[in-house]
Amino acid sequence: MADLTQSSTLQTSVSTPLRPRIKLRHVVDHAILIAGAFLMLFPVVLVLMTTSFEDADIVKHGLQLGFEGKMLENFEAAMFEASGFTKTITGTRMLMNSMILGLGFAIGKIVISMMAAYAIVYFRLRFATLAFWIIFTTLLLPLEVRILPSYEAIQSLGLANTYTGLIVPLIASATGTFFFRQFFRSIPEELVEAARIDGAGPVKFFIDIIIPLSRTMIAAIFIIMFVYGWNQYLWPTLITTDEGMFTLVRGIKQIVQVLSQTGAMIPEYGKALALSLIAMIPPVLIVIFFQSWFVKGLTESDK
Amino acid sequence: MKRAGFTTVWLPVALLLPQLLIIAIFFYWPAAWAVQSSFYLQDPFGFGSTFVGFENYTDLLQNVEYAKVARFTVIYTVLVTFFSLALALLLAVKADAVIRGAKTYRTLLMWVYAIAPPVAGFLGLMFFDQRNGPLTEMFQFFGWDFRLGADFNSTATAMVIVAVWKQIPVNFIFFLSGLQSIPKSVREAALIDNRSATGRFWDVTFPLLAPTAFFLLIINITYSLFDTFGIVDTLVRSEPGNNPVTLVYKVFVDGFRGNDLGGSSAQSVILMILVLVLTIFQFRLIERRIHYT
Repeated sequence: MADLTQSSTLQTSVSTPLRPRIKLRHVVDHAILIAGAFLMLFPVVLVLMTTSFEDADIVKHGLQLGFEGKMLENFEAAMFEASGFTKTITGTRMLMNSMILGLGFAIGKIVISMMAAYAIVYFRLRFATLAFWIIFTTLLLPLEVRILPSYEAIQSLGLANTYTGLIVPLIASATGTFFFRQFFRSIPEELVEAARIDGAGPVKFFIDIIIPLSRTMIAAIFIIMFVYGWNQYLWPTLITTDEGMFTLVRGIKQIVQVLSQTGAMIPEYGKALALSLIAMIPPVLIVIFFQSWFVKGLTESDK
Repeated sequence: MKRAGFTTVWLPVALLLPQLLIIAIFFYWPAAWAVQSSFYLQDPFGFGSTFVGFENYTDLLQNVEYAKVARFTVIYTVLVTFFSLALALLLAVKADAVIRGAKTYRTLLMWVYAIAPPVAGFLGLMFFDQRNGPLTEMFQFFGWDFRLGADFNSTATAMVIVAVWKQIPVNFIFFLSGLQSIPKSVREAALIDNRSATGRFWDVTFPLLAPTAFFLLIINITYSLFDTFGIVDTLVRSEPGNNPVTLVYKVFVDGFRGNDLGGSSAQSVILMILVLVLTIFQFRLIERRIHYT
């Protein structure tokens, strides 16, 4: 079933007489990988194809192979046609809200956790270890576990249906701080000493040395956090009841509910499927284009 | 802390303040509130509450419904974890072995990471549609009367399949990076000692991957327990009814729909303890992991 990985040169030099058998194994390897890639890709491709069909066809036959002429129309409707119960929310609006959530979360988290990690690592502060543990404990409880009280807290602060209420509570976990702390600790000690001899203060050292050194790390963490923020579901579902505040992922809940209703009208399947694709395009593109940073961020932050 | 750290006092405090403030308001306060209200019985109309001690907990532990949800959550977690790890390991080993097209395969196998769980759940709804979902038709072809949302086992199967599909990329990325960090010298030595590829895998590669696998085990358990909320919610169309749901989903349903504050809080606290145990376990493994590699 499985075999060990090896370098090609070594393989051919060691086992020249066995060449045909090895070739067969290569075919099997590729076949398995192609099957895997197909499994990952096909569901989304099929949905994309289906958006090119008429709603009536989709209702009757479900997901469709092939191409018809409705794709542009469906995507246009998804982006610009107002929908929802109040008829105020468009795909563009949801896209904007998702962007605000993704960017706000990623940037907020990076700024706040870099500051905190810098304070913990680079200052002789008796209270640093305690602060670290206070922050660190938050790694223990995902938002899902304390969802009800967090909701109450936001309500009593009057932050429901605001971007602040949407973004800030999600930042309340230490993943970023923990990661930057690890990274800062790996920066050679001589740098601080040199900076101090040169008369640089803590602020100058942070801006001129630490931030440039952390550039790759910041990029990697940014990608992970952007995708994480963009894909939030439970929290936006609770905190945004005003349709103008819906994100694309939050909008999925609405779509499911609308499509489940059995009414006289033909459900707008084409538009709904187009919206679900729009909800995945930005994070997917970022992960694909910045793949090496993304993989680095994921495997090194041990999220 | 660096030995040659700065000695300013006000600056680090100012730097720490935003983070500490946020976690005080949105973490410690809510967590304490959950623990506290788990000992109270809330009046359903909001007129105060009575202290009931551990009654909420004992009620839960005797509750047949809760036991059923807990049992399902365990089975679900085991299935999702096993299948997503096994498939990802197979794919990672193959992706590490091939030379031609390695990069393309890597991209094709990891991009699903970026899809949100509820979006994956929505695709699941289309594929498992009662009337014309392709996977429903496939199951029916094999003689299984598959009914998503109406039949417990059907819904459970759909949840597991969607959750595994969504989780393969993460495991794949970690396994691949684990495989690629195995030193070339070790691989070459293994190749000389053992001509059988399968033998080499189980004797050499797999033990070297074990730390990664243990680490992923925790990640996957956490994922199945918490991050699949969106998948569960879309696949049951927000109508739990007789459908299988996970423990986190029940916290949400009891707290927000059932208005059972005490019961929901007690469930939260039980989950908190569960996460605590998992995290302690995870940190011990991370220490081991650093040791190994």
